[in-house]
Amino acid sequence: MWPPISTRSTLAEALRGWPAPALDPGGPAAAAIATLSWVLLALTGLILAIVLAAIALALLGRPAWRAWLSGERLVWIGGVALPIVVLTGLLIYGLTTTGRLAAAGPPGEMRVRVTGEMWWWRVAYLDAAGREVIHDANEVHIPAGRPVTFELEAADVIHSFWVPRLAGKLDMIPGRRNVLRLQADAPGVYAGQCAEFCGGPHALMGFLVVAHPPAEFERWRAARLRPPAPPSDPLAARGAAVFAASGCGACHRIAGSAANGLAGPDLTFVGARRSLGAGILPNNQGTLAGWVADSQAIKPGNRMPPFRTFSGEELRALAAYLEGLR
Amino acid sequence: MTSETGFDPKLLDRFPTRERRPPGELEELERVWRAPGGWRRLTVVNNNYVGLYYVGSAFLFFLLAGVLALLMRVQLAAPLNGLLPQEVYNQVFTMHGTVMMFLFAVPAMEALGVLLLPQMLAARDLPFPRLSAYAFWAYLIGGLCFFASIFFGLAPNGGWFMYPPLTSKIYSPGINADFWLLGIGFIEISAIAGAIEIIVGVLKTRAPGMTLDKLPVFAWAMLVFAVMIVIGFPAVILGTLLLELERALDWPFFDAARGGDPLLWQHLFWFFGHPEVYIIFLPAAGITSMIIPTVARAPLAAYRLVVLAILATGFISFGVWVHHMFTTGLPVISVGFFSAASMAVSVPAGVQVFAWIATMASGRVRWSTAALFAVGGIITLTMGGLTGVMLALVPFDWQAHDTYFVVAHLHYVLIGGMVLPLFAGFYYWTPMMSRRALSERLGRWVFGLFFTGMHVTFLPMHLTGLMGMPRRVYTYLPGRNWEWPNLVSTLGAVLIAAGVLIFLIDLARNFRFAAEDNAGDVFGGGTLEWLPTGLYSTRSIPRVTSRYPLWDDPDLAQDVEAGRYLLPGAATGVRETIVTSPLRAEPQYLQRMPGPSVWHVLAAVFTAAAFLLLTVQLYWVGLASGVLAVAFVLRWVWETDWPMNAETAELGAGVRVPTYATGPASHGWWAMVVLLTVVGMIFLMAAFSYVFLWSRRPDLWIAPPPAAQLLAIVAGQAVAAGFALAAARLVRRGGAGRVLAAGAMIVSALAGAAAWALDIGGWRAAGLIPVASGQGATVYALLSLQGLLTLVILIMAGYVAVRVARGLVSTDRTSTVDLVSLFAVYTAAQGGLAALLARLFPGGG
Repeated sequence: MWPPISTRSTLAEALRGWPAPALDPGGPAAAAIATLSWVLLALTGLILAIVLAAIALALLGRPAWRAWLSGERLVWIGGVALPIVVLTGLLIYGLTTTGRLAAAGPPGEMRVRVTGEMWWWRVAYLDAAGREVIHDANEVHIPAGRPVTFELEAADVIHSFWVPRLAGKLDMIPGRRNVLRLQADAPGVYAGQCAEFCGGPHALMGFLVVAHPPAEFERWRAARLRPPAPPSDPLAARGAAVFAASGCGACHRIAGSAANGLAGPDLTFVGARRSLGAGILPNNQGTLAGWVADSQAIKPGNRMPPFRTFSGEELRALAAYLEGLR
Repeated sequence: MTSETGFDPKLLDRFPTRERRPPGELEELERVWRAPGGWRRLTVVNNNYVGLYYVGSAFLFFLLAGVLALLMRVQLAAPLNGLLPQEVYNQVFTMHGTVMMFLFAVPAMEALGVLLLPQMLAARDLPFPRLSAYAFWAYLIGGLCFFASIFFGLAPNGGWFMYPPLTSKIYSPGINADFWLLGIGFIEISAIAGAIEIIVGVLKTRAPGMTLDKLPVFAWAMLVFAVMIVIGFPAVILGTLLLELERALDWPFFDAARGGDPLLWQHLFWFFGHPEVYIIFLPAAGITSMIIPTVARAPLAAYRLVVLAILATGFISFGVWVHHMFTTGLPVISVGFFSAASMAVSVPAGVQVFAWIATMASGRVRWSTAALFAVGGIITLTMGGLTGVMLALVPFDWQAHDTYFVVAHLHYVLIGGMVLPLFAGFYYWTPMMSRRALSERLGRWVFGLFFTGMHVTFLPMHLTGLMGMPRRVYTYLPGRNWEWPNLVSTLGAVLIAAGVLIFLIDLARNFRFAAEDNAGDVFGGGTLEWLPTGLYSTRSIPRVTSRYPLWDDPDLAQDVEAGRYLLPGAATGVRETIVTSPLRAEPQYLQRMPGPSVWHVLAAVFTAAAFLLLTVQLYWVGLASGVLAVAFVLRWVWETDWPMNAETAELGAGVRVPTYATGPASHGWWAMVVLLTVVGMIFLMAAFSYVFLWSRRPDLWIAPPPAAQLLAIVAGQAVAAGFALAAARLVRRGGAGRVLAAGAMIVSALAGAAAWALDIGGWRAAGLIPVASGQGATVYALLSLQGLLTLVILIMAGYVAVRVARGLVSTDRTSTVDLVSLFAVYTAAQGGLAALLARLFPGGG
């Protein structure tokens, strides 16, 4: 059973395809590209209209017009002169925009390292010395109105990091580190998706970028530097016990507990995430339980095995525990 | 008017002749060219038959890949659809792309060349008929077995472009990826064989008087197509070799942990992959350039500009490959260069579009299905070219790359630039090879459904991509507004399928193959393929004086049919065609052509079998099959360079030419030069791989073996080259010259082998193993290539010795020795260069 996505959830809002995200910029990089895109659409539309008009006149026009269109002159004007002029102008526009967008940020800029895995995103926030101080997965938090440097790497195969409302995409290639600067002008949630075929459930490898007002971002950051308190609620405490006893810590890390596996996503603050399964499910107790019980049914081929041996009570407890990790 | 070869052009003024042709001359010609019947039809080499089978096979793969596309579209019509599970979809989209690009698009153009070029040039057949037949059989058998993999769940699933590390053994443990790598291998062989055929055919077997300035545009396009294959395919040949070596033997070409680089694959693949799409497009543009003048009843406008545009496209297309890698994080300056080049390549395309418009304006278009498809293709191509310009701008590509916008673009240029002109070609040229033309009434339905369906399918995809939908996704989440454009696209796909279905019905009802009593020049075309033909092409080979001979000389068809032009019969009693000079098409000699034969068929069967058996890991059986393939190739080649029954032959009106040629005038020489260019390009790509990986991780390079060894290796290769050259000279001396020549070839082969053994021994002694690093992998790859060539030379030296022993080599019959000598000199040069290159780079660690 596929849990429905509420049309009013932030996940649904972020995932919407209309207006087209690449043409609905939420940051300066995407805005520059969107302007370029409109110019291109207008220009190519105009050129297509000219060519269609020429074809129509060549086939159906009056003899005088058809005589003008025949011969080498049309080929020189339409095939050589016109393209060279238009393309030169476009090239200058394109190259200057490219240079601007690819420029590196100043040294002190906030850095986030995202590593593409099959089929999720490992997120780490770096301090000024370059140490990874906060770990997360499938969701990146940034302050709105400021550029952030993303260091993009790959753990296994080539992936591609793409948030169309904020910037163009950049590949994550094993053995290389690519750098992308993103800025969200306004607070909000921006959807991203892997854009390089990485096998298996590549189609279901999404993520979210959450932009906060700067003061709120500082509060968020400070809160993340402290591990969550142990569960107070008895059901959640029961869930913590099930988690510890079932070997989940071999793949997953929860700061402040014995679980410190690195193979799978960090779960320290999983309850606070706005989606599950890498941007594909809303995050609530129902989806948490469903994912644990049989993630293969939701995202076939993903690296987490199903755990159909859990009883309903154990799943409820686990879901309560995980939801409380915020 | 100066002569290119010393042939007196005034001799051609004797044609058309006036005298009656002797009785029985035509019957003799027909007898010599008759195709075998029954099951022996499999051994046929006539381009009419081979071309037909080739086109039919390519079209079959189009249908198969089209069905896969239909399945994909139905799966994507609704979100989270369950029709095709993830793993099946990943195989289906990989096969759709691979089959369309490798088994349909390039072979279809090659097939049209095989079918049309001899008639268009008024040659009796292609210069190497058994080579095209071999290429066809290897392609058909291999292609069908490759496609069958999908029924066993073994189809490749890494995308048609197969990027590592996804396709390396760790992440693709099954043999699916091997099916792609080895399955594509024999298609690469077919393409190279076809390219050799077409280059030599277009440049050396034209009708006398057909100077380059009068060459039909389709022939120009096929020439550029073939040269591009020669330059471009080696990159993917080497790439597939390297990836297979990595998968089978763990040589780390693309493994970043050991000094390989995934981007190496991308460079190699796209250096081939981009020219590949122009390889596909240019012949189709050539088709349009043949059809538009006929339907407009006016010569092609700006002929010289169009030819220049085709040449320019071919050239520039090799400088744009990085535009497939704009999002990989390459430096802005290199990305900027390729952006500029990618925009520049649209200029020659625009030249052709406006030339077609000018042609239409200068005549009066008579509408037919062929005309509809041609004009529809021009419009669609223009739209695709414009989105291509958009994608050439790097920032726009950063948003649109790997989304459905690119899917839209590529289908617009491939369908508009190739498929629609191909259908135009079907409707246009069917009367040339069928008793009945295709139906105009059904044809309009085919066009209407296909053209409309195409735009309904792919126009929304521009938007879908900008709405955020990436490529190669088996499904998508609901609530993203992607449902509506996807549903519309699927409906369009149904329309396309309906159009194709009606085409198949039309084909079944009307196409009846006939070489002689075909429907004739239904459209009133002016070029030579519209002359009355039989299996021998035209009864006599005309002297050409214009670009549209049938328009400028209303009596031409009659004169040709009556035998009043050159070679009105079989001058030496066997199949022949006239070999002419490349620039001015002056007759040079009469080439003997082979008839039906079983050896190339067996060679093809065992070639395909070898590749497929290796894929399923039946290594010993595969090796045995490969040995048999080589044996059958040698048996086939044994029949070349055969004594003719006369030293000169008459072409008519007292014009005599030799029946044999050696050296740079001979078609065999040209074929060998083209083949060596292919081998040289493979070596160049391997050298690039070596230097590229060194530039990435020089710290992993160990010191080379001592320099003295290099001198010994180069000396050994120099000896090999010297003896090979000596062999070619010795064979021209009388007496024991032949035996000495054979001996010299053997010494050459052994010297080359010794130098190679020194090379590989040196590296092993230096402590380099292939699995250790990028250096190990690339050095041993270079050594493997050299080893392969060395083995070939050893075999060929033995072959020469056997020919000499059997008395088939003489002072005026030296082609075999000449060609083997050429190959051996190249092998020695490559061996020396490879040894030098690998030792030039300093060791860091």
